[in-house]
Parts: sequence; C-alpha cells; structure tokens
Amino acid sequence: MNSALELIGMIFIFIGIAFDFFGVLGLVRLPDIYNRLQAATKCVTFGSAGILFGVFLIQGFTSFGFKALLGIAFIFLTAPVAAHVISRAAHRSGIPLAKETAVDQYQEDHELKEE
Amino acid sequence: MRFLRWIIGLIIIGAFFYFNFFIYDGEILIKIINVSLFCALFVLVRVMFGPSPADRIVAVDILGILIIGMLALLGLHFEQGFFMDVALIWALLSFIASLAFAKVLEGRRLDE
Repeated sequence: MNSALELIGMIFIFIGIAFDFFGVLGLVRLPDIYNRLQAATKCVTFGSAGILFGVFLIQGFTSFGFKALLGIAFIFLTAPVAAHVISRAAHRSGIPLAKETAVDQYQEDHELKEE
Repeated sequence: MRFLRWIIGLIIIGAFFYFNFFIYDGEILIKIINVSLFCALFVLVRVMFGPSPADRIVAVDILGILIIGMLALLGLHFEQGFFMDVALIWALLSFIASLAFAKVLEGRRLDE
C-alpha cells in the first residue's frame, strides 16, 4: 500500500519536472512576450502543481502533505491572475507583438471604444 | 546563425542530461533537483537578455513558481517540514511582487 503510493507519487514528480523543463524551454525559445507568457505560465503551473501533488501522495495526511495541498491551492489561485495582469500591462505599455501575429482583438476593441 | 543556435542549445541540453542521469552517482531526488536548477539557469538567461521589461517580469514570476517545487523536493529529501512553510510564503510574496511590477510597468501608481 505505502510503496504503491510512493511509486505513484514519484511518477507525478517526474511528470511535473518534465512539464517544468518544457515550459522553461518555451520561455527561452518563443519569439514574443505573449507567446512566452502562455507557454511558461501554463506548463510551469501544472509542473509545480504536479510536484506538490506527488509530495502529498508520498507524505500522506501529515502536516507536510497538507501544506503541499495548500501550496497547490495558492498556485492555482495566484498564477493565472499574475499572468493576466502582466500581459495586460505589457499590451497597454506598447510592447510590440511578433511579426507572425494574425489578429489582435484587444487592440480592435480599444479602437472601437475610443470612437 | 539560427542553425548554429539550435545546435548549441541541443548540445548543452544533451550534455546536461547525459552527465546528470548516467555519469553522476546520487539519489534520484538529487537528480530531479538538478534538473530543476538547470531550468532556473534557463530562466536567468531570459532575465539577462530579455528585450523588454515585461520579459524580465515574466521570468521572475516563473522563477518563483520553480522555486516552490524545488523547496518541496528539498523538504522531501531532508525530511524537514519547514521547507513547505518557506514555499507557501514564497508563493504569496511572488504573486504580490508580480502585481506591483505590472502596475509600475503600466505607468500607474501603487495605491491606485
């Protein structure tokens, strides 16, 4: 029972570290601030949440495990808000988009409101 | 030039994974923590060479989330509970720092 839970926890930790690595690779590789934000935030959020869930499965219902669950709750509440605020501030402060961008609906809505 | 950058990146990543998982002789948790530190190195590259200030803000935010996972793994390795306390406080402070940086980038005051 206990060793099976440890095995499942280690599998979750491996999935989490793989998501971390690919998210950070997207942060370095992609051409634009908005693309970087999308790749990095989604993948790193799931990666760290996977690591914390694996730690909870290994530790069980101790104080350490409950703190890991609380950490998952904090990450899921705060990371999307921070990503949204950063992308909105970047668009409003006039950081240019990549050359390959097809449509920018936020800019179109802004122009319609000004008229 | 683009091809050269691809080759250099693939060589660095391949050399790190080869030395970490086949040469280095240690526990499996230490190897996973090494991978996490390698990710933090990539994030620091983006902090150094980011073309705009928003890139640096995103990189610092992601560095905070990486450090939360790293602290959980360290607590699992040393079997100490206080690492998780540090991780929780780091999560909340990183969130507040991201909000403050975004407001400064937008050109507004902090009490608005």
